[in-house]
Amino acid sequence: MATPPPPHASQPDHILPPPFTHTPLTVLTQGAEALVYRTTFLTPSTPVALKYRPPKPYRHPVLDKRLTKARLLAEARVLVKCRKEGVKVPGVLGGDVENGWLALEWVEGRTVRVVLDEWVERGGENGEGENGEGVGVKEGEEELWDLMRRVGRAVARLHDIGVCHGDLTTTADTVSPQSSPASQPTGHELDGDIIIIDFGLATQTVGEEERAVDLYVLERAFAATHPAAEPLFREVLRVYGESFKGAKVVLKRLEDVRLRGRKRSMLG
Amino acid sequence: MIALGLEGSANKIGIGLISHPSTPSKPPIILANLRHTYVSPPGEGFLPKDTALHHRAWVVRLIKQAVRQAGVRVEDIDVICYTKGPGMGAPLQSVALAARTLALLWGKPMVGVNHCVGHIEMGRSITRALNPVVLYVSGGNTQVIAYSSQRYRIFGETLDIAIGNCIDRFARTLLIPNDPFPGYNVEQLAKHGRNLVDLPYTVKGMDASFSGILAAADVLAAGIGEDLDEGKRLRTEEGDLVTREDLCFSLQETVFAMLVEITERAMAHVGSTQVLVVGGVGSNERLQQMMGIMARDRGGSVFATDERFCIDNGIMIAHAGLLEYETGVVTKFEDTSCTQRFRTDEVYVGWRE
Repeated sequence: MATPPPPHASQPDHILPPPFTHTPLTVLTQGAEALVYRTTFLTPSTPVALKYRPPKPYRHPVLDKRLTKARLLAEARVLVKCRKEGVKVPGVLGGDVENGWLALEWVEGRTVRVVLDEWVERGGENGEGENGEGVGVKEGEEELWDLMRRVGRAVARLHDIGVCHGDLTTTADTVSPQSSPASQPTGHELDGDIIIIDFGLATQTVGEEERAVDLYVLERAFAATHPAAEPLFREVLRVYGESFKGAKVVLKRLEDVRLRGRKRSMLG
Repeated sequence: MIALGLEGSANKIGIGLISHPSTPSKPPIILANLRHTYVSPPGEGFLPKDTALHHRAWVVRLIKQAVRQAGVRVEDIDVICYTKGPGMGAPLQSVALAARTLALLWGKPMVGVNHCVGHIEMGRSITRALNPVVLYVSGGNTQVIAYSSQRYRIFGETLDIAIGNCIDRFARTLLIPNDPFPGYNVEQLAKHGRNLVDLPYTVKGMDASFSGILAAADVLAAGIGEDLDEGKRLRTEEGDLVTREDLCFSLQETVFAMLVEITERAMAHVGSTQVLVVGGVGSNERLQQMMGIMARDRGGSVFATDERFCIDNGIMIAHAGLLEYETGVVTKFEDTSCTQRFRTDEVYVGWRE
């Protein structure tokens, strides 16, 4: 390049590293760290979520390289470990630690957040015609309760194999309708596997504190959706508590974490 | 309305006089802003007992001088504001005692102010930043704060020691002078640093930890003494000798990158593009520069104040106290105590929308 481009007043356009330079991609989400794009990888019919960690110009280049590399590797290792242990997560299809990208299997489906939001909306409608269609409501509710149980089991499995998510919200759990062979095209739209995504802050640990904070963050995410979601989360916890050895200790620790609100009181 | 503010939570005693015009749209007028710092010898920190002694020796002189400089009569002062906490016990007590004495002597109401809220309100007032994410970085505090429904909520903070404490203690190891303050001298040395030495980088979500860095920097510092054998001295991968300047540079680059990262995460979380840096470490130009680059990439900007307002001062206590006083809040005389533990989110912020 002969002349450097003029600095942008607003958000800069990131130039993706090869092999993703050929077509312009639109950003799906921008977190503090990574940009997520949808594209294809290996074959034109393999959709992937491309997670790109652009260089941070405020950081010293040596430090920036070191951090990007370490974090990308950590994320990939956690995902591979989950896969090996049979926890449903997106598979790693490719990556380049030097250039800061990771190509992850594309997950179809809706996030638990979306499912909950729809339930909240539907709940408002059903409140009026409750007498006549009581059975139908209950059926829908039962599906939802079942979904909660699967969320509880999925989180428990994750913790059981020694992984803590670090940023477990209702947007980090996805219901995938396709991967469940039992699912029918109509009616049972909440069937399907729970696939946990977004492991950017995950750590490999069996510490009860980290596990409890995971649950606490998820609880806050439920509470933020709707006050009525509270009993639903209790079901998540109940199933979690039955799912693996050591879960009871985590639930006990969760009570402490709740009291101090994730943060402990500052000393001095 | 006019307020007198007394600050003494750490090694500075600050006396400030501020006037809020009767029309709220007009900016406050700073009538006096005096400060005296207790400077300990190189290699030593400030001990609570000696610091309290310093504050007691200076408080009367500074108040007299501030009132004279402001050109106000005692009758004109509406309220006396003092730092209730957080901070070091002994210095806080000596200044609270001075405030109580004045209040009884002059027959004035009192308002106890949270030190952190004082920093935030002063920063907002000076920079006119409307609703920024606040990074509060000083010798005793490291917090990422955002305002929501009548509270300054803490999104991220240090898990162990404060950033300023980390820098100060590092300076102590290298026997860097404490005058005017250790962070300033580290900043000047860092400007001549060339090599980045590896230090631990510990960020957990929106929280950060600094104690491991301090321990690692102390170990490295033991390897650069000029009295050591040439062969035993610490070298970079290229074979250059690692200097004091390099260590200061590496420390700054590492800890500031951590601060910018947790701030950026909080900004992404609350959807804000403005960031305000307050507290003593906020006067560091490299930190301001890094924060500016990050904010620009997010389509926003950084707000910072100079050392008069970001280093502990009395005017910020007067300002925040007066804001609270104007909403009708007065601290009852029997409650005019002080406390070392006083979290930012404990304060009900009645003066904001």
